[in-house]
Amino acid sequence: MKQNSVAVVGAAETTKMGKIPDVSVIGLHADAALNAMADAGLKPSDIDGVATAGISPVELAHYLGIKPTYADGTSVGGCSFMLHVRHAAAAINAGLAKTILITHGESGRSRVGAGGFGRAPSSLMGQFEMPYGVTSPPTMFTVPVLRYMKTYGVTEEDLATVAVVQREWAALNPRASFKDPISVDDVLNSPMIAWPFRMLMCCLVTDGGGALILTSADRAKDFPQKPVYILGTGESVETPLVSQMYDFTSSTAFKISGKKAFEEAGITHADVDHLMIYDAFAHLPLYGLEDLGFCKPGEAKDFIRERNTAIGGKLPLNTNGGGLSYMHSGMYGMYALQESVRQMRGTAAAQVKDAKISIAHGVGGMFAASGTIVFTNEK
Amino acid sequence: MARILPEPTPETRHFWDGCREGELRLQRCTECKTTYFPPRAFCPSCASRKVEVYAASGRGVLWSYVINHRPRQDMGTEPYAIAVVKLEEGPTMMTNIVGCPQTPEALVLDMPVKVRFEKQTDDISLPLFEPAQS
Repeated sequence: MKQNSVAVVGAAETTKMGKIPDVSVIGLHADAALNAMADAGLKPSDIDGVATAGISPVELAHYLGIKPTYADGTSVGGCSFMLHVRHAAAAINAGLAKTILITHGESGRSRVGAGGFGRAPSSLMGQFEMPYGVTSPPTMFTVPVLRYMKTYGVTEEDLATVAVVQREWAALNPRASFKDPISVDDVLNSPMIAWPFRMLMCCLVTDGGGALILTSADRAKDFPQKPVYILGTGESVETPLVSQMYDFTSSTAFKISGKKAFEEAGITHADVDHLMIYDAFAHLPLYGLEDLGFCKPGEAKDFIRERNTAIGGKLPLNTNGGGLSYMHSGMYGMYALQESVRQMRGTAAAQVKDAKISIAHGVGGMFAASGTIVFTNEK
Repeated sequence: MARILPEPTPETRHFWDGCREGELRLQRCTECKTTYFPPRAFCPSCASRKVEVYAASGRGVLWSYVINHRPRQDMGTEPYAIAVVKLEEGPTMMTNIVGCPQTPEALVLDMPVKVRFEKQTDDISLPLFEPAQS
């Protein structure tokens, strides 16, 4: 895409976060959408493009009374919203729509108006993974990790350290679900979920939502909020079956998506002031740091242990507390995007001083898909 | 509660028929010779439709796993390993490891394993793996 040709002019999360038993899934989408429209000073009639995952863009448009000229129902898991941003930027540049609303809402904890987790027994997952006792992401997303650990000498302590550092960030975020400090021992003594993964190495299960509004950079200066420009984007998909990843120690989708985003943005790793890596589980920031090229293979554990991603470190990572401590409704990518936008606006709870470039990198499914967005607040 | 079982499709029928008959069947491209899994009617490496089904060795190594401490209802009450084996022929395959304790001490990465078919219904047998002598 063309650098800085499109900007985020509206961004908001749901009014409440965490446990929201009185709002259904579609209601969470709408709450976030209304908050984002208020943030941008827009009404539904000003929106001419919609994108969402989890529910259909048809449901979203009709619920809000939007009659769009553009609809994107790309649904590749939790990074769908990164792909929506990418597609929306291209669509705005191509003249398909002027003002595009992207929403997420999920009743992950309360399950109000939510569907179940299941696959048809004739699907690839139904035939070649479900028979062996996989349940939900904790028993699937984690399957490649022992191979990664053996290859690079990564320990359970290293996985625990990821959670500990992110909890330090969460302590600065009033909206975070978990704010109390934890130690490596706390993580290693938390209940076993799927060895080697303990509870505190797994994301939260919460309710919430978020929404973004994008328009052309030319129009963005007329909106009430400081524009956040899209500098570069990437996406890729890999496999519907975690057992069929091309390489258990690396995400091919991460590599392709990240490389494309850096190329489009025309930046180097040293230019990045702030980073979000979708952390459904503690191994994801490790894979992400390596596959995006911030660390060499096997070195992300040291990079985190040496506090480069912690408060005061050179690469602040998952500054909202991440899926491990802030919130995780199921498709967390929207919250990573929201934190990047806050950091670029200068309004984050744990604001990184003078941050000019932020990357939000997402994963979909169990290493199934990936999307990467490079934001900047300078044009 | 009956175990969740696969429902074969036309493209995967040969695999499940093989499991029922005690044979681990993989597919191989007759042009570029790539062996691949899961089943499909063409080679994922070169897109050729000229592929053949053959009986694999049933041998491999334990490639990665987790031990699920919150058993799915149809899987009993004890923790069990959800494993991936790397077959001698190249592909990886999700499975369970049977015939040994479901512990990190017993389940050592790269240990040799061999297939053991376990009958579930008249139609479906699952390809599970057990420790093998190297």
